[in-house]
Amino acid sequence: MGILSKKDAALILDPLADNNPITIQVLGICSALAITAELEASIVMAVSVLFVMGMGNVVISLMRNIIPSKIRIIVQLVVVATLVIVVDQVLKAFAYELSKTLSVFVGLIITNCIIMGRFEAFALANGPKRSFLDGIGNAAGYGFILVVIGFFRELLGSGTLLGIKVLGDPIEKTGLYAFGYENNGFMLLSPMALIVVGIIIWVQRSRNPALIEEN
Amino acid sequence: MSFKNKLHEIKEQLKGKKVAPAFNALHTFLYTPNETTHSGGHVRVADDLKRTMNTVITALIPVLIFGMFNAGYQHYSAVDAANGTPRTLDILGNFLTFDNFWMGALTVLPLVVVSYGVGLAVEFVFAVIKGHEVEEGYLVTGMLVPLIVPVDTPLWMLAVAVVFGVVIGKEVFGGTGMNILNPALTIRAFLFFAYPTWMSGDKVWVHEAVERAGTVDAISGETILGYLAQGRGSEYSYSISEMFFGFIPGSVGETSTFLILLGGLFLVFTKIASWRIMLSAILGALTMGLIFNGVVDAGWITESSKFYGLMSFAFWQHLIVGGLAFGIVYMATDPVTGSQTNKGKWYYGFFIGFISVLIRVFNPAYPEGVFLAILLMNVFAPTIDHYVVQGNIKKRLKRAKNGVLKTLNVETV
Repeated sequence: MGILSKKDAALILDPLADNNPITIQVLGICSALAITAELEASIVMAVSVLFVMGMGNVVISLMRNIIPSKIRIIVQLVVVATLVIVVDQVLKAFAYELSKTLSVFVGLIITNCIIMGRFEAFALANGPKRSFLDGIGNAAGYGFILVVIGFFRELLGSGTLLGIKVLGDPIEKTGLYAFGYENNGFMLLSPMALIVVGIIIWVQRSRNPALIEEN
Repeated sequence: MSFKNKLHEIKEQLKGKKVAPAFNALHTFLYTPNETTHSGGHVRVADDLKRTMNTVITALIPVLIFGMFNAGYQHYSAVDAANGTPRTLDILGNFLTFDNFWMGALTVLPLVVVSYGVGLAVEFVFAVIKGHEVEEGYLVTGMLVPLIVPVDTPLWMLAVAVVFGVVIGKEVFGGTGMNILNPALTIRAFLFFAYPTWMSGDKVWVHEAVERAGTVDAISGETILGYLAQGRGSEYSYSISEMFFGFIPGSVGETSTFLILLGGLFLVFTKIASWRIMLSAILGALTMGLIFNGVVDAGWITESSKFYGLMSFAFWQHLIVGGLAFGIVYMATDPVTGSQTNKGKWYYGFFIGFISVLIRVFNPAYPEGVFLAILLMNVFAPTIDHYVVQGNIKKRLKRAKNGVLKTLNVETV
């Protein structure tokens, strides 16, 4: 990365793997369980959070010297709420069906711990450029896990990807279904999403034992 | 040189190599290892993990064989019923026949083979990765699994479920002895949530019923609980003794309460399973059944209610239908996932029976809840033990304190 210094690049790359908000910090689990039954919803959620976090971190960072520290949480909430409403309205205008699938979870981006966490931990103490990179990096780390979960849950649970029947038609018994294959209904339930998150955490930590916490 | 000595020698050669755990597993399965401890005082006992497991398997074999006969019997009697000539049970005449056994063996044995094959393969893989000895933990699980699934469960589904159950239910927690949930029930729960159409309804309990559905040869066999849940309790014609001895549709090994009872007594006699858990679970189920019967008798629920059928079912009959007896005897008593303290076992068992009947009545999708109740109590077992231990500590502290005061009083007097 020629444009970014090594330190800045780390802001984006670290949250993707070794400091991932979901698998390492175990934040933002609610939405990771709730909306990942379909890949499309996962992608839209990931993009929405990317937008909210990138913009939010920049706004907070620009205002960091004029926010009185006593009311900083309120200010952060106002900023994130504004951005979430923008996302919500855009989705309702251009992707109505999808916004119904995501339902309350778009609004609940406000309570996503990752966002408030990055505002508090990073944007309040760093300049807008670095804050922007940090926001993008963390949102991408979150979105990456969301897409992975969504991929497996939709593929194994519904036999589709982005709505396309990749495994054949379960009713007309084509493709894999001709051999007696059936969709795994458990994949569509939230507990299985948690188990998938657990498996990702397991794989990641056994590949890099340095990530395992001391007891 | 005998084969046994040869194996001992090969073991020495393989020491430290990757394949050692796999070989050792096979070796200790066939023969007692030739290693002995040389230092310190040791208590010598004859029962090890493997013998414990084998005792449970012995207790399961009558159930398995009966399950084979019953699988055939249910199939042929459903065919007869569909042809308009319903069978009446004649134990020597049309139950203990070679046809029944053969049909049952052909459907049940593949389940056993897949269960053991896949489960032990997973154990081997993990033993090699982790570099420890293969654990015998799967021996009982592998036998339990075919007994608690419907006879026509597709083999690939069973294989997927076994991999899930052994890996997520056991290996992630550290393997045999470390698991929180009973692996066999984890497998059952996975199948139930993943492929509900193969686990419930009136088609899955009889061999070939699913394939024949919709054709002129259609056959079916609803479980007694299934009838009751649909408010059709008057339609089944099974007598109490048929329910008790197990000539009814159901999962492969769960139907014969009589044989399960014998197995249970055998396990209690050999001190493998806890009689406290079994007894308290029975009491729990009876209590909940009585409460429901009381609700019906008091007239708090009308006959049109969808819970009426199961609520009005005589409380003690809950014990002889469905998987309750099997669950109580073989699953609830799992020493790893159950409560460890004697007092805790009473609470643990009681709630298993109590919640089983509760779920059985109120589960809208599936009139059975034993496996869910046991899994739930598996999760709570450590908590129960914790409070029992804490209670004991408190009691003894109090006693110690009072004792000190008394001696002080004596001295001052």
